[in-house]
Amino acid sequence: MNNTPLTRTVTVRNPQGLHARPADLVVRKATSYQSLILIGRDGELVDCKSILSLLTLGAAQGTVLLISADGDDAEEALDSIAQLFDAGFDDKNEMKGVEPVADM
Amino acid sequence: MKFADFITTKAIRADLKAQSKEAVIAELVQSLLDAGEIDADQHDDIIASIMKREELGSTGIGRGVAVPHTKHPSVQKLVGTVGISEDGVDFDSLDGERVQLFFLLISPPERPGDHLRALENISRQLRDETFCRFLKQSKKTKDISQLLQEADDNQFVSG
Repeated sequence: MNNTPLTRTVTVRNPQGLHARPADLVVRKATSYQSLILIGRDGELVDCKSILSLLTLGAAQGTVLLISADGDDAEEALDSIAQLFDAGFDDKNEMKGVEPVADM
Repeated sequence: MKFADFITTKAIRADLKAQSKEAVIAELVQSLLDAGEIDADQHDDIIASIMKREELGSTGIGRGVAVPHTKHPSVQKLVGTVGISEDGVDFDSLDGERVQLFFLLISPPERPGDHLRALENISRQLRDETFCRFLKQSKKTKDISQLLQEADDNQFVSG
């Protein structure tokens, strides 16, 4: 068992940001792993297995988030969650981003 | 973003009658129509569009809460309403629980940031169990609007 959690930074790439549907995808992915997984801006990490928590991030396109995972399958969990972000959550049928990246 | 920025007070419903997913969405959209926030000729299309979104995955996000929503070109700004169902409605929620508390949102397609900030506000406030419970127990629209006002004044959450 690792003593310190593994971390990874990801960027929200899709124009619509981390809205309900992508958040649902991330939660489903995260809950398929045993590790304790947290996500958020540095210093404000929330439970990556709770959609309510993910939505509190209000992460618009371009937002950089830190993911930390602690457990035996931490590496694998980070890989697969990062893959979702990199693929823009396959968020199809959406308009191209018109609004500039939101300041939170 | 605060509730006051997107919740139409006149459209708040403390006593939803609907017993099904589609009916509750229709009841909430009707409340926005009655409040003059949407056009009558867009009513059916907005309901269809919200139902289509639900097919992609339920917006019942757990804790007896759902946030049915859609982007729709007929609105100029984000509009929303709140409804409470005393008995709860089967909404195919992610956690399987019936939904008592609804936040329905309609946003202009070109403003994804506003929609995100509304979701952020709703989810932040609902993390406070007291706020969540008080809302579900509300019997009058006035109680709901007062709770939303108190939430806007940061009486429930730290951040």
